[in-house]
Amino acid sequence: MSGRYLHADPTLCVGHRLCAEMLPELITLDDFGYPIISPDPVPRHLGRLARRTVGACPALALILDGNPSRRVRRHQPRPGASPG
Amino acid sequence: MSLVATAAPGELRVPRSGPWNQRLLAGPKLGGPEPLADHASRLGGGITGWTERAGAHQLLERVRRSGLGGRGGGGFPTADKLAAVRRHGPGSVVVVNGSETEPAAGKDDLLLRIRPHLVLDGLLVATRILGARRAFLVAHSAQAVAAVEAALRERPDVSIPVEVVRGPANFVGGEESALIRWLEGGQALPRYQPPRVVDRGWRGLPTLVQNVETLAHLGLVVRLGPEWFRGAGVADEPGTMLVTLSGAVEAPGVYEVPIGTPLPEVLYVARAEPGAVALLVGGYFGSWLRASEVQGLALSRSSLRPAGATPGAGVLHLLPQGTCGLRESGRILAWLAAQGARQCGPCAFGLPAMASALNEVADTGSEAALGQLERWGDQIEGRGACRHPDGAVNLARSAASAFPDELRRHRSGACSGPRQSALPLPLGRDQG
Repeated sequence: MSGRYLHADPTLCVGHRLCAEMLPELITLDDFGYPIISPDPVPRHLGRLARRTVGACPALALILDGNPSRRVRRHQPRPGASPG
Repeated sequence: MSLVATAAPGELRVPRSGPWNQRLLAGPKLGGPEPLADHASRLGGGITGWTERAGAHQLLERVRRSGLGGRGGGGFPTADKLAAVRRHGPGSVVVVNGSETEPAAGKDDLLLRIRPHLVLDGLLVATRILGARRAFLVAHSAQAVAAVEAALRERPDVSIPVEVVRGPANFVGGEESALIRWLEGGQALPRYQPPRVVDRGWRGLPTLVQNVETLAHLGLVVRLGPEWFRGAGVADEPGTMLVTLSGAVEAPGVYEVPIGTPLPEVLYVARAEPGAVALLVGGYFGSWLRASEVQGLALSRSSLRPAGATPGAGVLHLLPQGTCGLRESGRILAWLAAQGARQCGPCAFGLPAMASALNEVADTGSEAALGQLERWGDQIEGRGACRHPDGAVNLARSAASAFPDELRRHRSGACSGPRQSALPLPLGRDQG
């Protein structure tokens, strides 16, 4: 499974926060309770967990596909800021 | 001078001629729609002669060689966008985007009202390149709709159905996917992409959404050739662009300016008032340039990039003496926050929070609020279905860094600005 990426459709996500509980390695929350997802490809060892997290999202907002993240890391996260 | 309200509904932004060669705004009668006979005699006949003589592929190559970029704000190469739709084969849809929901902009509305045939020429070229089956033309004002409908009645050469409609009034309604959803009968709200509208747009058909001004240039490119087109502008950004200038200038209105023209020259021609504080470049998603910075900069992506700005859709607003850039930015950001589609959490909750923080910075110069602005900007950017939050974050970042003197004054309780708003923010149409 090479080059799979996690995304959230922000128009569907209503901030249940389940994803950040299940997959804190790749998903953190912003100050408003919405998921910030790592723009990097999902590492092999987290593939199964990523699929389960997608299935668990009550809003069906999470997507796992081959499209690289649109969210380019334009700003290096600073100490104290959530990783983007 | 203070522009408290936006141009009244239906009011035409004044077309202005500068010392530069005019293309889109060339010719007489800048007061009303140019009749087809005048248009054709001025430009050497109808466009059909040109489009019929060349094959669709040749036409596309001509556009590619011209280097024309989109004039709706993104600057995306027009040939690439055409090619992305064309690869799906015939039967696609063209949407001429003149929704122009930005309050300080007026160039597309002006073009449709005084040069509708230039735009229809471009639509015809795009249709021919794509083999498109139908088209929509979305105009901002009722007057523009009337001008285009009258122009279409003069055009038997436009053989596909063209539906002319007045666009959605909400700010994000002009975004490609929102516009398409609205044309399908839904709400004018952006959708999450992919699929991109060039692949799956109106009713699932491949769709070209192209800005009004871009299409007007496109018609001229086909008539006069890519070399002619490259005769104005700079090498990597050829051509002229329409600029809507407002604020502390004696001659506000729409100017046609060669890309790469020094900003001081543009401001001089519009008779900028002395003592102006800063220039907002690229509209409400744009960036502030301090008066001292403007000196070395030109109206082009490459010149403005190092200053963290872009010409966008050509909206320039000069902030008059005696106003406060921080306060003005706070008002714009609050307005942008209210203009969101309320679909995406980071935008719906983040932008109001950022607007409050910026207003706190404007009130007290608070370091903590500045820190919050920065943190939330980093969190929100890139996390909406559309670019609305990104544009708003850009303005907030620019405001936080462009007015260091003002910031110092605010920390000691002073402010050089009046309480009322200097920038045009519509109060009526977006609510009604």
